[in-house]
Amino acid sequence: MSTITPETLIPERPEAEADLAKPRTLRNSYTGRDHAFRAITFTGGIIVLVVMLLVGAFLASNGVQAINEVGLWKFLTTANWAPESNDFGIAAVLLGTVQIAAVALLVAMPLALGTSLFITEVAGGWLKKVLTSMVDLLAAVPSVVFGLWGAYMLQPNIVDFSKWISVWFGWIPLFQVDGVDPASPLRDTVPFTASTFIAGLVVAMMIVPIQTSIMTESFRRAPVGEREGAFALGATRWGMIRTVVLPFGKGGIIGGTMLGLGRALGETIAIYLIISPVFEIKFHILEKGANSIAAMIALKYSESNEFAMSALMAAGFSLFLMTMVVNFTASAIIAKSRSGADSEG
Amino acid sequence: MNIKARRSAALVPATPAPATEALPAVDAAGLGQLAVFDEPTTDVPSGAARLRAENISAWFGDRKVLDRVSLTMEPGKVTALIGPSGCGKSTFLRILNRMHEMVPSASLAGQVRLDGTDIYDPSQRVTAARRQIGMVFQKANPFPAMSIYENTIAGLKLAGIKADRVEKDFLVEDSLRKASLWEEVKDRLHQPGGGLSGGQQQRLCIARSLAVSPRVLLMDEPCSALDPTSTRRVEETIHSLRGQITIVIVTHNMQQAARVSDECAFFLAAHNQPGGIVEHGDTEAMFGAPRDSRTSDYVNGRFG
Repeated sequence: MSTITPETLIPERPEAEADLAKPRTLRNSYTGRDHAFRAITFTGGIIVLVVMLLVGAFLASNGVQAINEVGLWKFLTTANWAPESNDFGIAAVLLGTVQIAAVALLVAMPLALGTSLFITEVAGGWLKKVLTSMVDLLAAVPSVVFGLWGAYMLQPNIVDFSKWISVWFGWIPLFQVDGVDPASPLRDTVPFTASTFIAGLVVAMMIVPIQTSIMTESFRRAPVGEREGAFALGATRWGMIRTVVLPFGKGGIIGGTMLGLGRALGETIAIYLIISPVFEIKFHILEKGANSIAAMIALKYSESNEFAMSALMAAGFSLFLMTMVVNFTASAIIAKSRSGADSEG
Repeated sequence: MNIKARRSAALVPATPAPATEALPAVDAAGLGQLAVFDEPTTDVPSGAARLRAENISAWFGDRKVLDRVSLTMEPGKVTALIGPSGCGKSTFLRILNRMHEMVPSASLAGQVRLDGTDIYDPSQRVTAARRQIGMVFQKANPFPAMSIYENTIAGLKLAGIKADRVEKDFLVEDSLRKASLWEEVKDRLHQPGGGLSGGQQQRLCIARSLAVSPRVLLMDEPCSALDPTSTRRVEETIHSLRGQITIVIVTHNMQQAARVSDECAFFLAAHNQPGGIVEHGDTEAMFGAPRDSRTSDYVNGRFG
C-alpha cells in the first residue's frame, strides 16, 4: 500500500443543463416493408383471437335462450336431457366428461412420463429417432380410428380386466358393478362394456402423444452441466433424473398433462363410438353406460329442433369454458417454468 | 508423501513409468470420522489414492485426440495439467472419472488405475468410480432447485446413503468449511444455491464434491470464470486439502499451476495430431529448469 490516494473526480452538474438528464423518447424509422411485415403478423395474431372470441360468443348467444327457459341453476344441476319437456341440464354429462378425462389422465400421465424419460434419457441413436417419430405419428391418427380400435379391439379384450377389478375391488363404490354375480361361472361381460373406464382408456391413448412430446421437449432442455454434476457425484441414471431432469422439467410435466386434459375433455367421436349413453349421475366407472358433453352433442344433434339445439349450444359453451380454463392454465405453467437461462453462473 | 523417489522432469511418452510400490493411503484427519457414511453402500477405502493412467488414447468419432498418455498422480499431491487449448487436457481429465464416455461418439483405450484397480474394468461400477473420483467443472453447476444445505449433501442422497440430522449438519458444515464457504453462507443455508455469486457457487460445488469423501478430486479449470477473490479462496481450499486427497487440476493459468501444484504435466498437440504429455515432473523443476524447449517456451509465455 502506497501513500498515494486515488482521487475520484466528480464532474460538475450545472442546474441549467438539467434537461440533459431527462429520459429520451426512442423512435425507430420504419420503411414500407417494416409496416407490411407488422401488418401481416399482427393480422395473423388477431385473427386467432377473433375466431376464438366469435366461437365463444356464438355458443353463448345461441345457448342463452335454453338457459333462460330453465334457469342457470337448474341447467347446472339437472341430470336428465329432455329439452322437449323443459327437463334438461348438464349435471350428468359434465360429471361423465370429468370422469372419462380423469381415467384418461390417470392412465396417460405415467405412460407419457415413462415414455419421455425413456426417449430422452435411456434410448440412444436410432431407437430415439424412431420413437420420437412414432409418438408424432400416433398424434396424427384420427380419433375415429381410435374409436373403432377401442370398440372392436380393446373393449372385447379389456372387459375381463374390468370384471377382475370389480370382483376384487368392488367394495370400493367407484368400482362397483350392479347386476353381476361374481360367483357365476358364465363369462358375462356385457355389464362391463361401453363404460366410462373403457372410454377413458381410449382417450388416454389419444392424449399420450401430446403429453409425451411436451415432456420430452422439456426434459431435453435440462442443462448438461447439471446432469454431469450429478453423475460426477456417483449418481445412477435414475438418481440424476430425480435430481436434475424432473425438477427442471416440472413445468413441462404439469403443462403437458393439462394440455392432454384439455384434449380429453373435448374428445367426441372416440367416446361416442364406445359408450352407451346414459343421463344419470353415476360413479360406477366400470359399469355399462357413460356420457360426455361432446359425445352428447354429437348424439343429439341430428334429432334436435331449434330449442333443443339451443340447449346443446349451452352445453357446448360450458365445455368451451372448461377447456379454455384448462388450456390457459397449462400454457401459463409451461411459460413460467424454468427455461434454463438462470442456470448460467 | 516424501518416500517417493522423485521422477522429476521425466519425458513420459517414451516409456510407461515403472509401477511404483503402493503407498499406504494417507490417513487424513477429518476424513476418517466421516467414514461412517460410506458403510451402508460400499466399503470403499477412504483417504487419498494413487491414480495412474496407463496408455490412454481417446477419440471423438474418428478423430483421435489423445495418443497413449501415461501419468501417475501421487496420493495426496496436487497435479496440474497444463498446455494450450485443444491439446486434450480436459479430455484426459474426464477419462479419469469416466465422464468421457457420456459423449455419444467418444471412445477410449488404456487403463485408469485407482490404487491399482482399473476403473474401466467390467467388474467395477461406474457410479463407485465416480464417487471415489469427484469432479469440479469449469462452469459452476449447483442444483438450482435445492438449497445450499441440500446441494452440499446432494451426493449422499444420490448414493442412497442414509444419515440422520446431526450427521448431515456436521457434514454440511465440515464440507463448506473445507471449501472455505461456511462463513459466507452459514446464516442462509436453506436459501437456494442458485442465488449465490459465481465464485460462491463454484465453492459450493467443491463442497458438494467433498461431502461424499472422494479419494481423488478432479478440477477442470475451476477458476477460469471466477473473480480474483474467489480464485484465491479456491486455491486456499486446494492447499488445505493437500495430503488428504489427491487433486488433479486443469488450468490455463501458469501462475496458478505454479502456486497450487506439486507436480505438473505439460500437454501438447501438433496441428491435427492427437495430444500427449511432453514433459512431466516436479512443478519447481518444470517451471525452473524444464528439459524440453517447448515446455520452456510455454511456461515462459512464448506461445499458447
